[in-house]
Amino acid sequence: MPIEILMPALSPTMEEGTLSKWLVKEGDQVNSGDLLAEIETDKATMEIEAVEEGTIVKLLFPEGSTNVKVNRPIAILLEDGEDISSLNNYKDSTNQAPNSKSVEKTMEATINEIDTQKEKASGKLEKIKSSPLARRLAKNLNVDLSQISGSGPNGRVIKIDIEAYIKDLESNIIPSQTNQQVFSDNSASKEIGALRYGGAEHLTKLGIEPGSYDLVPLNNIQKVISKRLLDSSQNVPSFPLTIDCEIDELLRLRKELNQQAGEFVKISVNDMLIRASALSLKHCPEANASYTPDGIAIHKHADIAVAVSIESGLITPIIRQADNKGLSQISTEMKDLASRARERKLKPTEYQGGTFSISNLGMMGIKEFGSIINEPHGMILSVGEGNQRPIVREGALDLATIMTVTLTCDHRVIDGALGAKWLQHFKRYIEKPITMML
Amino acid sequence: MSDTNFDVIIIGSGPGGYVTAIRSSQLGFKTAIIEKDSLGGVCLNWGCIPTKALLRSAEVYSNMKHAEDYGLSASPEFNLKSIVQRSRNIANQLSAGIKHLMKKNNVTVINGFASLQPAKEAPEVRVGEKIYKAKHVILATGARARTIPQAGLEPDGKYIWSAKEAMIPDTMPNKLLVIGSGAIGMEFASFYNAFGSKVTVVEMEDRILPAEDEEISALAKKAFSKRGIKIITNSKATLKVVENGVKAVLENISESNTKTYDRVILAIGIVGNTENIGLENLGVKIDRTHIVVNEYSQTCVDGLYAIGDVTTPPWLAHKASHEGIICIEKIAGRNPEPLNPISIPGCTYCHPQIASVGHTEKQAIKAGYRVKVGKFPFVGNGKAIALGEPEGLIKTIFNEETGELLGAHMIGTEVTELIQGYTIAQKLETTEHELMETVFPHPTLSEMMHEAVLNAYNRTIHF
Repeated sequence: MPIEILMPALSPTMEEGTLSKWLVKEGDQVNSGDLLAEIETDKATMEIEAVEEGTIVKLLFPEGSTNVKVNRPIAILLEDGEDISSLNNYKDSTNQAPNSKSVEKTMEATINEIDTQKEKASGKLEKIKSSPLARRLAKNLNVDLSQISGSGPNGRVIKIDIEAYIKDLESNIIPSQTNQQVFSDNSASKEIGALRYGGAEHLTKLGIEPGSYDLVPLNNIQKVISKRLLDSSQNVPSFPLTIDCEIDELLRLRKELNQQAGEFVKISVNDMLIRASALSLKHCPEANASYTPDGIAIHKHADIAVAVSIESGLITPIIRQADNKGLSQISTEMKDLASRARERKLKPTEYQGGTFSISNLGMMGIKEFGSIINEPHGMILSVGEGNQRPIVREGALDLATIMTVTLTCDHRVIDGALGAKWLQHFKRYIEKPITMML
Repeated sequence: MSDTNFDVIIIGSGPGGYVTAIRSSQLGFKTAIIEKDSLGGVCLNWGCIPTKALLRSAEVYSNMKHAEDYGLSASPEFNLKSIVQRSRNIANQLSAGIKHLMKKNNVTVINGFASLQPAKEAPEVRVGEKIYKAKHVILATGARARTIPQAGLEPDGKYIWSAKEAMIPDTMPNKLLVIGSGAIGMEFASFYNAFGSKVTVVEMEDRILPAEDEEISALAKKAFSKRGIKIITNSKATLKVVENGVKAVLENISESNTKTYDRVILAIGIVGNTENIGLENLGVKIDRTHIVVNEYSQTCVDGLYAIGDVTTPPWLAHKASHEGIICIEKIAGRNPEPLNPISIPGCTYCHPQIASVGHTEKQAIKAGYRVKVGKFPFVGNGKAIALGEPEGLIKTIFNEETGELLGAHMIGTEVTELIQGYTIAQKLETTEHELMETVFPHPTLSEMMHEAVLNAYNRTIHF
């Protein structure tokens, strides 16, 4: 079976490195202890040694490849007497594209090829070094081991790595939509006390026969969301403020912008909401705030977190310093973040933190709703559908496209007057959208 | 050889110091070790090793007394002087071994008492008139027996012994009081009991071996009581030396008893050796006689480190050695994994032996784990029966949710040699599954380790 030589972790925190120099070439015979390559991190350059002997049949990255992830195969070794023809398939795919830009893609293809072969050979795929306990935890918590960089010997994934990964997730997946269901469920909890945490048994005590339902185990994201939802709804004294915004002008401006911008930029209503929110926070800096027991943190930038629905959960990628970004930049960033969020490929830095959140259910026909505060954010804006409604203008009935938004505020940080002031700014930007172009 | 400049100077040559010195030299550092007494420190000269020698004599003697059980006959007698001499010879032999190891590894050995004085990069080390300099200074000065003079709990040179005096007895006391039922106390209780002393153990906590799992403690109490050791818990002692003995007042909440003993052994804990080495001038943080360090044994003073008994618990030789390796590898720019205190096994070499690693059942539950507990008694093990040692138990504690081995606790013959199996299992993060899949050789005591895992999952075979 071909042996993969993996990118080593030169330090517990190393996630990727540069393959600065190959010290062997394809076809070289190597013995255990021979130097194979020089790896460079931001801290150091180190040489990696062969652990097993055989023939180097394939170098998967050219010299100078940067950002090579730890535990990625970087070369393929065949043990003596092994048939090189078993690698024919992937040989073709790598030969085609040795250039650095397409390396990543080629890599994927190569790995897939090798994996397929491995699976064929052993009927089982096991390329991630991990402890039995780490594998058990990953299985219990529905975590993909390949997402985790191992801190054990030779990049072995161990318990603390899974725990760190979960902790990371926990601090970044947020509750967003509130609905009546949750509230009524909450009040029910007072009656049945701790029972509801005692597993499915409490359903039986409430008169629901076991067997009359399917019990779907909670995945990790669901566990995290339920915990954060509960914490926030119990600990944050929040209140909602609702306002109607006319968006005819905004829709017209958006259309015009998109017509003029050509095919490269397509600005969405959401992008304009992000910009309007950021600018409103700039007008009311005291509303761009987080509660801490030591004091109220007034943030210097408007980092807008936008709830993106992903399979069985939610994640909130962040447009950093949105107050300093134009609509086209916001639009481009948001598209990229949202698509990578759905593929679960966001880096922690792309969804950690933020100072304000937006949740938009308008596209699903929701007229208006309130959200649960995403701590440590001081406010979250819930955006309903924009549709034509009759309005009274100067004593006469008229038609306008109205979007109802609800701002949920953490009263420890933002009181009613401040929240209302923020909404006034927001409404002005939305109704006179040309001002957000300034 | 008047060289006074080193990369690393280590103060103290116990199992923390000398092991660190060897690793330091392996890593290419020019290394010196300073010792005020004999190489090897307390562990080797006045602790672990000589007491194991004494306990071996006790074990052989007990076996001789039970010769008939094995179809043999013997008329056992003992010579205390020879027993002690054997123990001292072994200590000396090993100390000489350390000297050889230092030489082999190019570690400069400096004899004398070291003290520190502030300097730029790292503190300077003074031994007598000489000043030595190093980039890194590692304190491994160890600890000594705790005393409480106000309650008369201090060695008097004749009747009241610390561990050191108890290791070189001039007489086999008729009535012996042991104060403190930790590892040291129970080992001496076991030794003197084997040679016929009437031993009483007094413990402040509500059970003996209070650091061990409660169930193991209870079994130990039963085993010791059976051997004739009297155990008094929940009690404090105050001592007064009288003619030909010691008057001890043993007090619990409701009553107080006064009794006279021929000898008393103090085993009431240890204090760190932090005095007279200039730590106060350097601003080293000390918490109740022990130096405060981070996970890499760095003190709050640049270039100064501390390992082993002079730092935080557990105060065990193997912890000191391991901590020293981590410390020196960190200095060398490696990335050692910090020591997890819960993964350090503990052993007590009384008869029956006691060994454990990880959480006790109570600790695990307190830490919020849902646990699965497995147990297997020695009486179900063929080898234990064949050895004539059917007394004991192995207990495992698993996290029910993940199968993580949270702890393992053992009492019985030779369990101190078994515990490493579970320690490796914990380090490699095996779950119950791998332990169940492991083939244990038959007939061995280790089969009980397998059974104790199987039992946690209701799959015991032999009981």
